[in-house]
Amino acid sequence: MDEILEILEKDGRARIEDIAKMTRKKPQDVRKAIEKYKKAGIILKYKAVINKELARDSEARVRALIEVNIIPQKDLGFDKIAERIYSFPEVSSCYLVSGTYDLLLIVEGKDLNTVARFVAEKLAPLENVRGTATHFLLKKYKEDGVILKHKEENKRIAISY
Amino acid sequence: MKNVVSKKVEEMQPSGIRVFFDLVLGMKDVISLGVGEPDFVTPWQIREAGIFSLEQGFTSYTSNKGLYKLRLGITRYLKNRYGLEYCPDEEILITVGVSEGLDLACRAILNPNDKVLIPLPCYVSYGPMVELAGGIPVYIDIQKCHFKINPSVLEKHIDKDTKAIILNYPSNPLGVSYTKKELEALKKVILKHKLLCITDEVYGDLTYDFEHTPFPTLAGAKPNTVYLNGFSKGYAMTGWRIGYACGPKEVIGAMTKIHQYTIMCVSITSQMAACEAMHSGKKSVEEMKREYKRRREFVVTELNRLGLTCHKPEGAFYAFPSIRATGLSSMDFSQRLLKEEKVAVVPGTAFGKPGEGYIRISYASSIDNLKEALRRIEHFLTIHRRKHGRAR
Repeated sequence: MDEILEILEKDGRARIEDIAKMTRKKPQDVRKAIEKYKKAGIILKYKAVINKELARDSEARVRALIEVNIIPQKDLGFDKIAERIYSFPEVSSCYLVSGTYDLLLIVEGKDLNTVARFVAEKLAPLENVRGTATHFLLKKYKEDGVILKHKEENKRIAISY
Repeated sequence: MKNVVSKKVEEMQPSGIRVFFDLVLGMKDVISLGVGEPDFVTPWQIREAGIFSLEQGFTSYTSNKGLYKLRLGITRYLKNRYGLEYCPDEEILITVGVSEGLDLACRAILNPNDKVLIPLPCYVSYGPMVELAGGIPVYIDIQKCHFKINPSVLEKHIDKDTKAIILNYPSNPLGVSYTKKELEALKKVILKHKLLCITDEVYGDLTYDFEHTPFPTLAGAKPNTVYLNGFSKGYAMTGWRIGYACGPKEVIGAMTKIHQYTIMCVSITSQMAACEAMHSGKKSVEEMKREYKRRREFVVTELNRLGLTCHKPEGAFYAFPSIRATGLSSMDFSQRLLKEEKVAVVPGTAFGKPGEGYIRISYASSIDNLKEALRRIEHFLTIHRRKHGRAR
């Protein structure tokens, strides 16, 4: 992966001038490269990783992993039915997977009932959905490579040879 | 009781900057660029191997030389990585970091008044180690030759009593390293005068602009070389205290003799963890190296912009900028920077007199920390330039 992407993946707010210094490139070249990545759909968006358990005022949300068994459609395979499913705003992630089921969804809702209703009323009745299994997430330890803990104290002594 | 302390130790020069260190340790909210170790923790799979070994009950001594599995792992690694062949039975010893390796090498080879060449500025322990072993350190000022020792300067310092030279590349505190070509030229002089080369290459994995060349890989150099390396810097394992020495079997044998009486063996937990480092650590080392490289570019660009001129370090994680433009001594600069801006750096003089006019900046710190520290240094420089201007 290009170094610029590597830097941005770790810190989406890295400034162009700093990236330029880190990579020994000209700022305008970095800017151009980033524009190119955006156009090509390689950089999709920048967002903060938030520890929602600590963000007190945000409304609590529940998340569930849902395994979905589907019947693939002729000529269209899984893509068409996947599109029908991932278009629901409740679905925050959708993957086609190998193994005993076909689609893996991450669904978010404001409480257990909302998610349960989404499964019962919207997902399960779909024509090509053969069955679902819902797993509610209880605790989040790590997300996208970030361990969700309070900032760790510095363990190094302040000065050493 | 009088004369409790031996003459030799009493005469040893205490580190002149101890007071400064104590000052730093007593202060809060300091951004420290004075740290000589990685800011990463040991990669998880290596820590996990240490934990697992404890769970399994590996809590005993190992052979004096170190676990065979580890010696084999290291010799294989050196062969695959550099084409460097050592016999795991007789030509390698697992040591408590490179520091122990250096001490053992000095004690194993030096007779009273044998001279050892040491390019200066250098890591703080080289001189005292030589002295404690009964040798005489002969310092070579390399400030004037761009902090790199060259064959003609080297040759000028050799006489009939010279037994060895200590090389360290990439260098702490300088960050400089040597290309194969430069090393070949030094090797010629070293072999011509039949010196032993003790080479501390603990930062070898952190070489950015060219391939690192271990000294013993140079044609004909191996029988004259004690190669010291360890896990501290590349694998971020400073606190595990583990390294190794490779060399001719008579030297390693002699070093092992001292080691068995003074240390017995390195902690088995550290040895087990190091086995895992040899097995699977390469990717983590590469990742950390890429991160250091970015920080290097950032720090060096900024320092030069601020007028603290700085050669581009080829390895390790140190920049060694000149602070002459400020008119302050290294110690003054460091103390005032600490008091006024709460940024800690190490005065160049900590590494020998030729370090006067320089400071050591460690970029083993997050980009955010580096940015903030450099912002404060910029502020510091603006104020002191103004003062300086008024004085004139």
